[in-house]
Amino acid sequence: MFNGLVLGALLALISSGLTIIYGTLGVLNLAHGAMFMIGGYAGYLTFTATGSFPLAILGGALFVMVLGVVMERVIIRHFYGRPHEDQILVTFGLSIVFVEAIRFSFGSLSYSVPPPPWATGVTSLGFMLYPTYRLVVVGIVAVALLALYLVLYRTRLGMIVRAGIEDSVMVDSLGINVFRVFMVVFGIGAMAAGFAGIVNAPVVSLTPDMGEMILVQTFVVVVIGGVGSFPGAILGGLIAGQILSITSMINPGYAYVMLFAAMTLVLLIRPRGLMGLRSRD
Amino acid sequence: MVANRRTFLGQSLAMGAGIGGISAGGWGALGLLSPAWAKDEPPLGTWPAGSQGSSVFIGITVPRTGTYAVQGEDELKGYQLAVEHINAGHPLIKAISPKTTKGVLGKEVKVGVADDGAKPNQAVQNISRFISENKAVLMTGGTSSAVAVALNKLAQREKVLCVVGISGSNDTTGKDCVRYSVRECFYGQTAAAGIGPVLLKAFGKGKKAAYLTPDYTYGHTVQKSMSDFLNKEGGWTTVTNQVSPLGAPDYSSFLLNIANSGAEIFLNINWGHDAVLSIQQAKQFGVLDKQKLVVPYQVPFLAREVGGNLLEGVYAATDFWWTLEDKYPLAKQFVAEFEKKYGYKPEWGANACYMQFAMWANAVETAGTFYPPAVIKVYESGAKIQSTVGEVHFRPEDHQLVRPVVIVRGKKASEMKGKEDYWEVLEVLPGEPLMQKPDAFGCKLGDYS
Repeated sequence: MFNGLVLGALLALISSGLTIIYGTLGVLNLAHGAMFMIGGYAGYLTFTATGSFPLAILGGALFVMVLGVVMERVIIRHFYGRPHEDQILVTFGLSIVFVEAIRFSFGSLSYSVPPPPWATGVTSLGFMLYPTYRLVVVGIVAVALLALYLVLYRTRLGMIVRAGIEDSVMVDSLGINVFRVFMVVFGIGAMAAGFAGIVNAPVVSLTPDMGEMILVQTFVVVVIGGVGSFPGAILGGLIAGQILSITSMINPGYAYVMLFAAMTLVLLIRPRGLMGLRSRD
Repeated sequence: MVANRRTFLGQSLAMGAGIGGISAGGWGALGLLSPAWAKDEPPLGTWPAGSQGSSVFIGITVPRTGTYAVQGEDELKGYQLAVEHINAGHPLIKAISPKTTKGVLGKEVKVGVADDGAKPNQAVQNISRFISENKAVLMTGGTSSAVAVALNKLAQREKVLCVVGISGSNDTTGKDCVRYSVRECFYGQTAAAGIGPVLLKAFGKGKKAAYLTPDYTYGHTVQKSMSDFLNKEGGWTTVTNQVSPLGAPDYSSFLLNIANSGAEIFLNINWGHDAVLSIQQAKQFGVLDKQKLVVPYQVPFLAREVGGNLLEGVYAATDFWWTLEDKYPLAKQFVAEFEKKYGYKPEWGANACYMQFAMWANAVETAGTFYPPAVIKVYESGAKIQSTVGEVHFRPEDHQLVRPVVIVRGKKASEMKGKEDYWEVLEVLPGEPLMQKPDAFGCKLGDYS
């Protein structure tokens, strides 16, 4: 159950990044898994340079945010007006480039970031022992999601973003510089993945492939929760986490089957996802 | 590729008479097989098309992505070093294959490399392409025994020789053995027979053991071999056997069960990145504080990847460890050559793959022809071969190399003499007494043609 909570919290964070990018920009970012992976590696480098875990989190998240902004300015921006297939191809291509670049510079050997000293060891929950750091992960992610919530629901930028999700043409015609907003949104969305990458690094170890698997799960989360919906991503993440971990306890082979079965069920009953808004366009 | 092949064909037509002369000489020198035998045979697999030019082609499939990527890259380096040495007629190759001059039967060896991500269907697809497009005379692949078994079947069907890379499953030269494939590394069963007594001596009888097993042929057969031995010979009990999928992203649910199982010994059969991750997470879950870790079949790079001295005092059976250079002159030469080229000490995958190509060169040179049945008969002659772990030979009944099993134990940080000095070699056990009968796992080799 706790495994599901930890996994679910991470998925919620990554998915919310994916979903706000899609909701605002209409771009399905297939490089989102690579962002998650790069966040881990950037954090690892920061950690080896400074020896500080909080700095590693900051380094990982900020680096991926900058990368996201650069990616948006240099490449993605030219694809807003183009069909979805082109957007999917370009982000898919970018993800391959990122994965291979990491493989080229770091090799396939995995790297690990130790959790901060105060969070090592196991904690007794009364009924079982559980690694302390995993409990900390839930806390860190909750804080991050709260921060994301505040940005989206309590700031002017957030208002524009939410308005953009509802009706981007209208926002455009109100004279708001959508391009700058898009850039910031892409940066924040990417940062959510990068942040999750480094927070997750002490739980798993870093490999160039780590983003691919999480990307699939993230998409399922977004579909379950409702495409473009921030609360939907959180709900979907928690549900997916529980499905994956509970099925794994019984028969790991069926974990994905159950996940996709759940997604199909949701789509049958609520085609726009659990908390989906009306479809775009 | 197409242009190259046409060039080869052109050359071979022009050189036809010359080649005939050489091979007739080869046959005569061998004296065992009549020269007429191979020459009059109908084409078989890629023979003779694949060896008519001035070069021969080997198809290599290794995992360069996914959970076994690290080990796959190491294997590939072993293959590439071997090919370089074969083509140059290096002294190390000549020590293993005395008849080698340059290349194999004077032909340059070329290779094609493809990534299979340790997936059997991808591996079969890769090699099938090398066979149809490049007329490969030899195929190799492994790391995952599931890949090795799939290639075995392909080799037998296509009548193209296969030398298996890393593969520890009992099935590879057992239930799924074929005439057209040979294996260098030992059976999981042999590893169990080697490390079992060491574990009983170290931990005593009547222990409770928990297993973490990857869900495919390698995991299941090694787990069975280990528990059969320990339960029968030492009165151990298996309190839990957690079966996890290959490439699992998280081991927490399995480790929670193991942590709460009351086991005293934790035998982790996982391999590649799965082993790294599951051991690191076992530490996080406090399993390693309460239970003694054993890695029955050592994983290349495990110690350096896991880090944090988690493997201190851990027992493992392995194929090769570089400090064997103190014992075997060829190992010393191999380690030196490998380190010179790649900048690190080779792990056992690289050694196994180097040896496989070297022994293939030896078999072809001895046969004097690339005709597969003739080459297979050389393997089946059981003749002694010099190797990096002393004198070895193939068992004709199951095409398994009879070779020593190396028992190692993880060193303490304070005992390490260098940054790659992770394991202490405890024993080098002769392979023959540890091996089960060739037909114990139902090996039926199949036809020559």
